[in-house]
Amino acid sequence: MIIVGSLLLSATKDFPDWGDQDSPANDGPVSSFYIEKTEEKTKVPNMVTAVLADYRGYDTMFETVVIFIAGIGIIAVLRTYGNNDSTPKNQVGDEGAGLLAKITCSLILPFIQLFALYVVAHGHHSPGGGFQGGVMLGASYILLALAYGLARAKSCFSEKRTLVFAVVGIIIYVGWGVLCLIMGKEFLNYSALDSILPGGVEMARSHSMLAVEIGVALTVTAVMFSMFSNLSTKGRLDKGL
Amino acid sequence: MDIIIASFIEEVIVPKFNYWIYVILMMIGLFAMITKNNLIKKLIGMAIFQTAIILLYVSVGVKSEANIPIISHHGHQEHVEHAQDENHSPKPEVSTDDKSEKGDHHTIDKDKFANPLPHVLMLTAIVVGVSTLGLALAISQKVHGSFGTLEEDEILDQLKPGGHD
Repeated sequence: MIIVGSLLLSATKDFPDWGDQDSPANDGPVSSFYIEKTEEKTKVPNMVTAVLADYRGYDTMFETVVIFIAGIGIIAVLRTYGNNDSTPKNQVGDEGAGLLAKITCSLILPFIQLFALYVVAHGHHSPGGGFQGGVMLGASYILLALAYGLARAKSCFSEKRTLVFAVVGIIIYVGWGVLCLIMGKEFLNYSALDSILPGGVEMARSHSMLAVEIGVALTVTAVMFSMFSNLSTKGRLDKGL
Repeated sequence: MDIIIASFIEEVIVPKFNYWIYVILMMIGLFAMITKNNLIKKLIGMAIFQTAIILLYVSVGVKSEANIPIISHHGHQEHVEHAQDENHSPKPEVSTDDKSEKGDHHTIDKDKFANPLPHVLMLTAIVVGVSTLGLALAISQKVHGSFGTLEEDEILDQLKPGGHD
């Protein structure tokens, strides 16, 4: 361990200094292209979102698929159906947390969800995007489950609806790519959609980013909640923490 | 001796302190993954390891005097003033003349924005990290369900043919 660590440390002297503007990573053609051309080509001020959803669209698509597979995998590993008689009956009930927590959560939940939707929808103008907003939205349901018990959260966001959301998110993303194919350009080349979206080629790319971000957000929301509910109940989905 | 240590810290560690922290964090994570017996502790080590790599990438993308990689329309005036201040620097493409020629396509000085590429890559890494961590937790929960323990040696004992089930 110490040998590996000292080898790595001895390599750091060849690394660029902190905040070096002319380091290979910062001065290379790819990064410079992203910074200088992103707004001109896509009308999206947030370069991170633009690179994520447009230039590196394949990466993000399969990343979404990775999330989806992780969610499916957790369900496959943990989920048990039918009533399990080995369940101890004297567990803490599903009534949720105390009164104070319930009232606080009911006050704060709408704002969390609103902010999550804002982060998704405004992700290409300010910090945010599909993953971040999706996690926030998922966290709002987790908070609901923590405060009011999992049964209450499941009445809003049932297991079936979770799976449907996850699949619909993937389908939106992939379908958007296929739509580009149908319109005569490459898969996920959003500039193909300028004839059906308003505002020219640049705005078509901008709108397409929003569309795929919505798909990503749906999948992430669903998988986050599904992960929580399966992990906290050992797959029985009956009683929360 | 003190002078040697002080100059070592000043010249070697301070300009590269992000890499030092990354190496130290990564070694902590690797140590936990290799030596710890408990599966959850191994997972914590894995998470620390991932954090170290995220720190490495994001710190490579840092530029001094750069802002977040979001082009601001509201702070445009300030941007121009800033550009005039640094007109003597060898970056001639940032000048107010350029801007007036190209209309509202104002040129963008890449030194004014942090490198977006590491951020994008690390967004991917964070998401994949969450997925693997969730799946690993699920599997370890299942392991605990069938073996009654998360200690690796006890699990291996039970898996031996002669071991008690």
